[in-house]
Amino acid sequence: MRHDHIISAKQLSRGDIEEVLDRAAEIDADPGAFGDRHPGALLGLLFFEPSTRTKMSFTAAIKRLGGDVVDMGPVEYSSVEKGESLADTVRVVEGYADALVLRHPSEGSATMASEFIDVPLINGGDGAGQHPTQTLLDLYTVRENAGLDDLTIGIMGDLKYGRTVHSLAHALTNFDARQHFISPESLKLPRNVRYDLHEEGATIQEHTELEPILDSLDVLYVTRIQQERFPDENEYREVAGEYQIDAATLERADDDLTVLHPLPRVDEIGHDVDGTSHAKFFEQAHNGVPVRMALLDLLLEGETA
Amino acid sequence: MSSDEQLRVSKIPEGTVIDHITGGQAMHVLSILGIEGGDGDTVSIVMNAPSDRLGTKDIVKVEDRELSQAELDVLSLIAPAATINIIREFEVVEKNRVNRPDEVVGVLSCPNRNCITTADEPVESRFDVLEDGVRCRYCETIVRDDIANLID
Repeated sequence: MRHDHIISAKQLSRGDIEEVLDRAAEIDADPGAFGDRHPGALLGLLFFEPSTRTKMSFTAAIKRLGGDVVDMGPVEYSSVEKGESLADTVRVVEGYADALVLRHPSEGSATMASEFIDVPLINGGDGAGQHPTQTLLDLYTVRENAGLDDLTIGIMGDLKYGRTVHSLAHALTNFDARQHFISPESLKLPRNVRYDLHEEGATIQEHTELEPILDSLDVLYVTRIQQERFPDENEYREVAGEYQIDAATLERADDDLTVLHPLPRVDEIGHDVDGTSHAKFFEQAHNGVPVRMALLDLLLEGETA
Repeated sequence: MSSDEQLRVSKIPEGTVIDHITGGQAMHVLSILGIEGGDGDTVSIVMNAPSDRLGTKDIVKVEDRELSQAELDVLSLIAPAATINIIREFEVVEKNRVNRPDEVVGVLSCPNRNCITTADEPVESRFDVLEDGVRCRYCETIVRDDIANLID
């Protein structure tokens, strides 16, 4: 890896992505062999928003590499409550850790924070912006189940505010992937993402219904439509209901269809899907550990080289 | 400059004349240049003068200041046809057009209220200039229309 910071999927080339995924596969095959890779390494966790998977899997990842975390803890118990700026917070915490993971509600927060520090900064999600490490584990799961070339993928749900969608769509432009985007009109891909995909010459198609393309898909990536994006609850229920899938929906899909979700889900994937061969979203969540181990290994390796 | 215009605002001895500004944009030009009148500069403005090329145009004359090309290039975002005349001893000694810069720093504010540059952080706004708009370097929001409304 030649990157100092991991801010956006846009900065990752196919080579970068494959390097991380290959290392993750090595780790998956023999996790014990990596237990002493980075003894004493400290990963600083700065989570200004709630997180279960990202925070816990980064914690597991650094510990499984022989290191540990220093955690700012909840915002209400930190100096942020006293009005400290993000720029100051990261400059302080970089003195305590070998790399930082930042999750923050403002778009562009990771880009800004990275300008103030020298240790590697990993964007763990910036508002409705980017979430590049989620994308790496998404790609790893896609590669394991469907392969990354000659891929037809449907990405459904909240495409406007979904940062995992923005990162994934961009990363997929590195591969031979046909991308279908399925969402209500009001939650279509934002202008800047559409612009980037166009610039990359990606093949994308936008739909308001899943049904007409379902049987052509190798992978269906479902995201949550959040109630707060709608002016009233009735409208939310009406719209969200059209983008839910269950086992009956998937009877019309290809037998080999892989269903993914960055989680947490509410009701967009029925629990009756969990037992089908399509459901790979828990495997996807578990892949967060080897993939984040691989990324940390490559970043910290670069630091000490 | 035609005699008609000379009647409106007299020649200046030293300074910068920005001509062929898109009609109605003169106040935004002053705002971009940080000229607010409080620092004592003598500034003359003509707004919505008839122009063969533009229909109507604005003209701004700033006395005793030679504005740099970098300062002026930002104007291309709102006044792409603007011409810059540097005046010494009542004569035009240099005449330039504005060029589109690659980026503009600290001039525009991001319209995305959730962008980190709109929070209380020690960071200047930074926009990449696209062929048909500008894009925030931080939150990546693209703005194509009404860029003048983003001027701080």
